[in-house]
Amino acid sequence: MFQYDEKALKNQLLELIRLAATDLPKDVVDAIVAAQQNEPEGSAARSVFGMLLKNIDLARDESTPICQDTGTNIYMVYIPEGVSMRKLTALIKEATIEAVDKSYLRPNAVDSLTGKNSGNNVGEGQPFIHFEEWDNDYIEFKLMLKGGGCENVSTQYKLPDVGLGAGRDLDGVYKVIVDAVNAAQGLGCAPGILGIGIGGDRTSSHLAAKTQLFRKITDTNDNSELAELETKLKDDLNKLGVGPMGFGGNTTVLAVKMGALHRLPASFFVSIAYMCWAYRRHSMILKAGGEVTYD
Amino acid sequence: MIKLQLPISEAAIRELKIGDEVLISGLMVTARDAAHKYIHEEWPDWLNPIMENSMIYHCGPVVKKHDDGSWSFVAAGPTTSIREEPYEASVMEHYKVRAVIGKGGMGAQTLAGLAKSGGVYLHAIGGLAASLAKSVVSVKNVYMLEELGVPEAFWHIEVKDFPAVVTMDSHGGSLHTTIKAKSDEVAKKLIFG
Repeated sequence: MFQYDEKALKNQLLELIRLAATDLPKDVVDAIVAAQQNEPEGSAARSVFGMLLKNIDLARDESTPICQDTGTNIYMVYIPEGVSMRKLTALIKEATIEAVDKSYLRPNAVDSLTGKNSGNNVGEGQPFIHFEEWDNDYIEFKLMLKGGGCENVSTQYKLPDVGLGAGRDLDGVYKVIVDAVNAAQGLGCAPGILGIGIGGDRTSSHLAAKTQLFRKITDTNDNSELAELETKLKDDLNKLGVGPMGFGGNTTVLAVKMGALHRLPASFFVSIAYMCWAYRRHSMILKAGGEVTYD
Repeated sequence: MIKLQLPISEAAIRELKIGDEVLISGLMVTARDAAHKYIHEEWPDWLNPIMENSMIYHCGPVVKKHDDGSWSFVAAGPTTSIREEPYEASVMEHYKVRAVIGKGGMGAQTLAGLAKSGGVYLHAIGGLAASLAKSVVSVKNVYMLEELGVPEAFWHIEVKDFPAVVTMDSHGGSLHTTIKAKSDEVAKKLIFG
């Protein structure tokens, strides 16, 4: 039976939230540095990337949020057999409330019926926590903070799409993604990172898209066909010229990550989870005995 | 870099053109979704002295309350402006607001309003929250905090050298329209060959 100290875990989760809000992961920073090098001296795009990099350093040094929209807090939690999901949920909520007190998170949970902000970032469905059981003997918490601007340009298509001439194959998938990124312009705080879910039903498709966003920018898809399409899309989308914040430039997306689910014969969904450049995600492994490591 | 000091005259604002980089100093007010809805329902007079010849910042900050009851901004980048499209032109005209600061640009109705009442759209950098919070040197007051909550309240703030770019001006110019037209062309080729 996997055991842990609840108070210690609450504090460890608080540190995970602090890291996610204030410390942009290295693979993302490297991608932004590379994007800056790819813009001409004196261009607006190059200057914007410079400002982003300064802001990333400042947020890390001062332990303040990179972006004031600390977003939907999306947790993917992987647990060994027998670990209580209810207890972990309660601890995540406790840590969340404390993170608001410490100004790591903005109170971001608004009652949809009354318009009232809960004041502590906890409410119905907030934070979002997805559990999966696995064979490992440790718990992994993956956390992403996804702001509203990029969530609002995230979208879902169903194939075929007559207007785009997009059929029920990977070429059709390609077309709807180009359409979505062109429609988004700078509104999702470009350059974006795209998580794509192919297939599934409407719900599982969106979840598959978001799950893709937990991959490292530098990794390669196990499926060679998808790996090739990810590269092609990244190259082609960067020809759109939208650039950072929509000011124009050579980098419109930093990465495209795709995954597929089985679907019904009648349905063919393509879900596009657009993540902003402030691609805030970290993970934490908790071993039996209480030792934690962060990534 | 053009320095703008608030309050600012309509004439000074009409001199600005798309692409101009500006540094703003002085008093301005935050207002976003719930605040714009409230304004459109009530048209309150108490906003007159706060908004006239000043700027609205589309921002929902992370704040810190100090022991003496004062506030400071911890993270304060812009939020997406297009959600205020139904409201902004009439709000700017009614209160003589000279600029809105946000991200992503706004639509045709606002662009027409900028020309009519004398205003510009200033684009701040999204996600630049830690840096931009440093440009907010003090929080003068907060209005309707209880009703609207922290992100949506009216925060009356003093800024110093707050950086932004003019992306929509009072002469009908919009950088967003130009970039979109080019990217539409490319997208069409990629999709239809």
